[in-house]
Amino acid sequence: MATAETSPPPVSEEFKIIQDATCTFCGCVCDDIDLKVQGHKIVEAKRACVLGTAWFLEHEIEDRPMCLIRGQEASVAEGIERASQILADAKYPLIYGMSDTTVESQRVAVGIGDWIGGLVDTTTSVCHGPSGMAFQGVGEVTCSLGEVRNRGDLIIFWGANPAESHPRHFTKYSLMPKGMFVPRGRKDRTCVVVDVRKTKSAKAADIFVQIKPRKDFEALWTLRALANGVDLDPEEVERETGQPYTLWTDLMDRMKAARFGVIFFGMGLTMTRGKHANTEALMALTRDMNKHTRFVCKANRGHGNVSGADNVVTWRTGYPFGVNLARGYPRFNPGEYTASDVLARKEADAAMIIAADPMANFSQPAREHLKSIPYIAFDLKETPTTRAAEVAFTVATYGINVPGTVYRMDDVPIPLRPAFESPNPSDLSILNGIEKRVRELKAAEGN
Amino acid sequence: MAETFIIIPGRTSRQGAGISEGKFKKNYQEEISQLQISPEDMQRLNLQPGDWVRVSSESGHIEVQIKPAKGGELPPGLLFIAYGDLSSRLMGADTHGSGMPTSKAFDVEMVALPNHKPAPAT
Ligand code: SF4
Repeated sequence: MATAETSPPPVSEEFKIIQDATCTFCGCVCDDIDLKVQGHKIVEAKRACVLGTAWFLEHEIEDRPMCLIRGQEASVAEGIERASQILADAKYPLIYGMSDTTVESQRVAVGIGDWIGGLVDTTTSVCHGPSGMAFQGVGEVTCSLGEVRNRGDLIIFWGANPAESHPRHFTKYSLMPKGMFVPRGRKDRTCVVVDVRKTKSAKAADIFVQIKPRKDFEALWTLRALANGVDLDPEEVERETGQPYTLWTDLMDRMKAARFGVIFFGMGLTMTRGKHANTEALMALTRDMNKHTRFVCKANRGHGNVSGADNVVTWRTGYPFGVNLARGYPRFNPGEYTASDVLARKEADAAMIIAADPMANFSQPAREHLKSIPYIAFDLKETPTTRAAEVAFTVATYGINVPGTVYRMDDVPIPLRPAFESPNPSDLSILNGIEKRVRELKAAEGN
Repeated sequence: MAETFIIIPGRTSRQGAGISEGKFKKNYQEEISQLQISPEDMQRLNLQPGDWVRVSSESGHIEVQIKPAKGGELPPGLLFIAYGDLSSRLMGADTHGSGMPTSKAFDVEMVALPNHKPAPAT
């Protein structure tokens, strides 16, 4: 190791098996993975999908400094001091990310946001933030993945491509499992995929509905009208949605006939023009369907603990993301207090980015502004965000090296079972250090 | 001549696995740097796999190599690119009061670059 402040744990070269380890790469949070571990390397991840296998096998310990300040190697203590100074001195600091760490770390990060009177936003704002807004507008009729597994007989994926983003979704939860009320598994379920592209998921569907791009809202309202017995002009329906009226009436008949219908929706809805209006239409449709039968919906959440971020930020501030704590009480306003906006508008004057990569994923104006302000980055690996950071910490990997809790996409908390210890510090230990120091600095300011 | 398309940036399993391997490594970099286009559009525009095109949105432009979409994944008129630096360059900053930039299904113009020589990697 380039920086060894504490002596690294002894490495045993014998194999050990970790049973029922938890994969935190995606929101499925599969907790049935058996790991074969040799020293500081996982050599096999039984039952993991292609993404989970890469997650477990590619997170060996890399030869990188634990802390860099302006690209120069520094001690973790120096990093904590510099980070605390940056945050305590800032007028409008942003804390962002948090979807790839434990709820224990998220809790401390929100606390720091409170002490410094900053903004707290998570990667939710650029994935299912619009769904969170829709949820506040019309509510969400939902259930756990266990209920889908045991009851779901009509499974609809809308603007979601789990075959590539959540590869075990079908086999573990939604299509293949034999459940209590669907004893023949896949044979007892009908799968419908609605998308603008014929994705890999579409190939797993019994019915693929290819709609016109940017017409999700119109298609969802077509179904809402049919669910509520409203007459529609068939020609207009086809012109707007790209699919014949009879396809929609047939789909509605199937939806009404289902015993337990489920709609999983993805970023095809939230990232396309309409955003929260699209997801609101879907949630309202789900509500409408409960006049006929049992119907639920669920966002396919991406990152391993993005649901945890929503939960933690909500129980700490009352709002799920995009929270401004500058006045000493929380205010919520997506578009005003969300990370992408405060960076693109050049408002934030410092930032702490935890397990996220806005330098790769944000718009160019947002990236340019982030690059121009002092910020702290926490990540497991080198990313465009850690490269441009004033203070960059290399942290141990949650779930592989660090214990804690994460929330699956259906808000079920799942414990982590780490495979081996890392010489790198956990983000929790660094965040605790920053919180302590920031409080001291803020208290001194008040005197 | 430039033609208007709708572009859909999105996740692919290779891009996802590439994140764990490292964002500066080959798999991730290759995956985020290829634009998928329907075989029908390629034929109509007389494009070959590996040809360079310039894609411009209201917010920026990129130069990128193309490959044909497999298995009927894309209808004519649609483009796909895996999430990454290039897709972010095309995305606008305005979130329309939602916190979320319009990151999928927005209009772009595409033009072939027949004599394009990529700048050497720095
Ligand atoms: S589906 Fe998601 S959580 Fe399950 S093994 Fe694959 S990447 Fe991991």
